[in-house]
Amino acid sequence: MIRSEVTKSIIPVITDELVVCNIGLPSQELFMHDDQPSNFYMLGTMGLCSSIGLGLALNQNAPVLAIDGDGSILTNFGTLATIANNPADNFTLLIIDNGSYGSTGDQPTYAGKKTSLSKVAKACGCANVIECQGEEAAEEVGKALKGNQMTIIVCKCESGNVPVPNILTHPVSIRDRFMTEVEARN
Amino acid sequence: MEVIKWQKETFSALRRQGIDLVCHVPDAGHAKVIEMCEADNEVDCITCTSEEEGIHMLSGAWLGGRRGAMLLQSSGVGNIINALAMPNTCRIPILIIVTMRGEYGEFNPWQVPMGQGTPACLEAMGMRLYRAEEPTQVAPAVENMARLAFDSQQLCAILLSQKLLGAKDFRELAK
Repeated sequence: MIRSEVTKSIIPVITDELVVCNIGLPSQELFMHDDQPSNFYMLGTMGLCSSIGLGLALNQNAPVLAIDGDGSILTNFGTLATIANNPADNFTLLIIDNGSYGSTGDQPTYAGKKTSLSKVAKACGCANVIECQGEEAAEEVGKALKGNQMTIIVCKCESGNVPVPNILTHPVSIRDRFMTEVEARN
Repeated sequence: MEVIKWQKETFSALRRQGIDLVCHVPDAGHAKVIEMCEADNEVDCITCTSEEEGIHMLSGAWLGGRRGAMLLQSSGVGNIINALAMPNTCRIPILIIVTMRGEYGEFNPWQVPMGQGTPACLEAMGMRLYRAEEPTQVAPAVENMARLAFDSQQLCAILLSQKLLGAKDFRELAK
């Protein structure tokens, strides 16, 4: 299973949740499979998807799913400590860990070598950390979104990409329609 | 060290502007304002592991309808440059207060390049700057840069000059 297939597989369990999605191909794949105004495509800064998700989760009541990647988490390792120490029970962080920098040509990441992101998350103090395989992602994400307990899911999958469209929606439109969705849920 | 007037006024000005979320990377120049934020039950005060985290946590918070500010030192400005791309592109308001190093009276040469480069770096990323040199300028700057940020959806920075902060105080605070 590759990242695009993992993303597609979790769409049925995302019902009303706010989704913040990682830079590059992950956002384009989510856009291709299921464009929703409740998706915030963070197309600009590697490593900070989880920070936006946490900031959003801590400051309003609706459930938030941040879809991040192993390369991005490695860029901003501190986020796991900040998340652990500022828990938000409406927050689920899904790290799709394909062991590679997919958007730049599948160069290997350290998460695909010696570094275990789930162990790092636990060592940072995250209380509820689950490691699963791509085939189990939908079930784990579904449980986490209903669980009312902050959850970090590290989903291991194969590297590889599929052709995706560019997101031509204006960035201000993406955030404006997203904020309308946030307001409707609060 | 006792809280001085402009620090109290900074805190009051933030609260008057409806700011009840403060992200920071601990800094001696901001220490008293951070303490006042932590002592106020209505203010959430979040320590960030790096300044870039704070910029995006504030962005997420604003998407959720909340006003926040980031307190950092000029050396931390180097950590937020790329992070500013997102709020810039999406027109998400950002308010930061920067304690300056590497200028008036600086004793540590290692602080000079980033301190001197701070205004150009921030301006290059589309930030609107106001530099406070005198204590009486701080509170009006916080109020008006907060308005510019949140009412006009701009990226705004208040630079607290080292002349204002007092270079010698850093040595005392470091003890």
